[in-house]
Amino acid sequence: MEDKTFTISVYSENNVGLLNRISGIFLKRHINILSLNVSESEIENVSRFIIVVNTTEKWVQNIVGQIEKQIEVIKAFYHTDEETIYLENALFKIASNLLFDEKQIQNIIKESQSTIVTVSRDFFVISKSGRRSEIEELYAKFKPYGIMQFVRSGRISVSKEKMEISTLLETFK
Amino acid sequence: MRISGAEAVIRCLLAEGVDLIYGYPGGAIMPVYDELYKFQDQLHHVLVRHEQGATHAAQGYARATGKVGVAIATSGPGATNLVTGIADAQIDSTPMVCITGQVGRHLLGSDAFQETDIIGISTPVTKWNFQVTEASQIPEIIAKAFYIARSGRPGPVLIDITKNAQFDEFDFSYEKCTGIRSYIPVPKLNFDKVAEAAALINSAKKPLIVFGQGIILGQAEAEFKAVIEKSGIPAAWTILGLSALPTDHPLNVGMLGMHGNYAPNLLTNECDVLIAFGMRFDDRVTGKLSTYAKQAKVIHFEIDPAEIDKNVKTEIAVLGDVKESLATLLPLLDAKSHDLWHNEFKALAEVEFNSVIKEELNPTNGKGISMGETIEMINKHSKGDAIIVSDVGQHQMFACRYAKFNSTKSNITSGGLGTMGFALPAAIGAKMGKPEREVVAIIGDGGFQMTIQELGTIFQTQVPVKIVILNNEFLGMVRQWQELFFDNRYASTKMINPNFVAIAEGYHIKSKKVTQREDLDEAVAEMLASKDSYFLEVMVEKENNVFPMIPTGACVSEIRLS
Repeated sequence: MEDKTFTISVYSENNVGLLNRISGIFLKRHINILSLNVSESEIENVSRFIIVVNTTEKWVQNIVGQIEKQIEVIKAFYHTDEETIYLENALFKIASNLLFDEKQIQNIIKESQSTIVTVSRDFFVISKSGRRSEIEELYAKFKPYGIMQFVRSGRISVSKEKMEISTLLETFK
Repeated sequence: MRISGAEAVIRCLLAEGVDLIYGYPGGAIMPVYDELYKFQDQLHHVLVRHEQGATHAAQGYARATGKVGVAIATSGPGATNLVTGIADAQIDSTPMVCITGQVGRHLLGSDAFQETDIIGISTPVTKWNFQVTEASQIPEIIAKAFYIARSGRPGPVLIDITKNAQFDEFDFSYEKCTGIRSYIPVPKLNFDKVAEAAALINSAKKPLIVFGQGIILGQAEAEFKAVIEKSGIPAAWTILGLSALPTDHPLNVGMLGMHGNYAPNLLTNECDVLIAFGMRFDDRVTGKLSTYAKQAKVIHFEIDPAEIDKNVKTEIAVLGDVKESLATLLPLLDAKSHDLWHNEFKALAEVEFNSVIKEELNPTNGKGISMGETIEMINKHSKGDAIIVSDVGQHQMFACRYAKFNSTKSNITSGGLGTMGFALPAAIGAKMGKPEREVVAIIGDGGFQMTIQELGTIFQTQVPVKIVILNNEFLGMVRQWQELFFDNRYASTKMINPNFVAIAEGYHIKSKKVTQREDLDEAVAEMLASKDSYFLEVMVEKENNVFPMIPTGACVSEIRLS
């Protein structure tokens, strides 16, 4: 079985220690987490983890089974890239003088459909949402001019199909 | 009622029906011990000699009774000493609640004296754990702990209670936990799946049943027996499934796995339908997975969805409570006898008897006492009515292969984790849980010395357990592997042992050492007749091996008889 990218979604109670419990499941199997995002879900007090891994389908099934077994986990799923809408967010901090000295920078911003979050005397910050490849492309374009700071978030995603959890979660409201 | 957190702990335990706990006091748990003193007529505390002993005793108690075992310890080293027993309970699905003291809330994270992150440490080996930092949390959390430990697939839970939460007062009331919204302990049985399974079983020409501890944990022994008797299917057990079916039942075809019986291992790769009940296809059972029962269609009856297809791909998975599943399955099965198929088992059992068992039970060529004949001698005098608690190693395999069992919950051993040192404290717990039954611990000279200090617990509590040391002056199982796979290089497996009888006598435990075969019968009889605890050391042949054997990574049908 070949390795593929899978997005694991976990709905859980909002509980200290659960992240440790879940990350241990990956640690034990030597599976590297490519990205991790935790936020509140559509239901109050229910957290949603989005974990991206590169592994085989057999392992991802095993992992999801082990995650779902944890007492405070309500439900866990996995999806392939084709089955989800996903993106990441990135922030670029760039020296302000470049905005005026290098006219090309303004074109890059426009073409990439990124937004300027803030501009100050010394630096400006650009935010870009999109697929990993789009962010990497933008990074490559800014790089020759010098990037003061760069950060990229973990993946966030929603499934294309209706999640079977929705009805279950209704009962939690 | 306004009480302290410490008193609330005791009242919660009483409300859960606990009357016996194992533990060891220390600084961060002292408020709870102070309450234990006040409640000593309702809640009996057994002072062990090391916290690991408390967990194994709690496990022995749980395995013998089916109830939740409870262990208690202080923070820091007290808590970390529990970890081996917790890991053992996790892998063997034993219901246990451990309570640890913790430094006060204001000291958390300050590297205070005896502070350790026991929540972080115990997370991978607990079914659930929680740190209580306020007294008012205690009733809800302890109620949840017991519910989680005993429901569904059981397991260990650890509750860490900061010292301030033990001292602080609050308005106490207790309500048992009956459900947790994110936790489904028992998946709902799907009748269609049972019907599908029944149709496949009815069509099978050479079906084989393999069963594990699920039958015992699910209290489904009677339903299981009814199913195998009606369907006439041979049934083989995992080490933890042992005793769920009486040894002499005609459909009991023996033990699976590495040192299991010849017939069920070989015929695993001959059967056309393999039906698993409450077992998890551990590597010690399956050997090489890529050649395990590939010809068979596999049906898996299981409570834990994470076990389905984990190791062995199933044709039909039936999730649910095994007792209910078996009861639903029974009326759908055709009555059969599978005589020809049984003859294959009988023929192979005879091969094993002639090449392994006969010599093991009646050694010739002037060899010393064998482990097998010692177990057989215990059978002769116990008539199969004893609870056998075995440690880990060669003697464990001999105990499981040769001990006779008439009733369930009678085989207590460390299966998944293979914890040396398990048996002595586990036997204490088993005997306290089932005082009316004979409890015999069978231990090697290596494992005995890992928890030997629990002889002190036996002396102090006067619990009448019987201890048999099978002494070959070696770490026998490792030595066997060194002989077979490491060219006889006996690296650090020879034991220079102390005078065990003198040690036992130091604890005022009646004891005897047997070195000659002719003395064995009388010594075992005397041990079992004793009203008090009894220590019997049997000097056995030094370099005997356990056979049959499936070498690691080999296929079940490559089982070796020598």
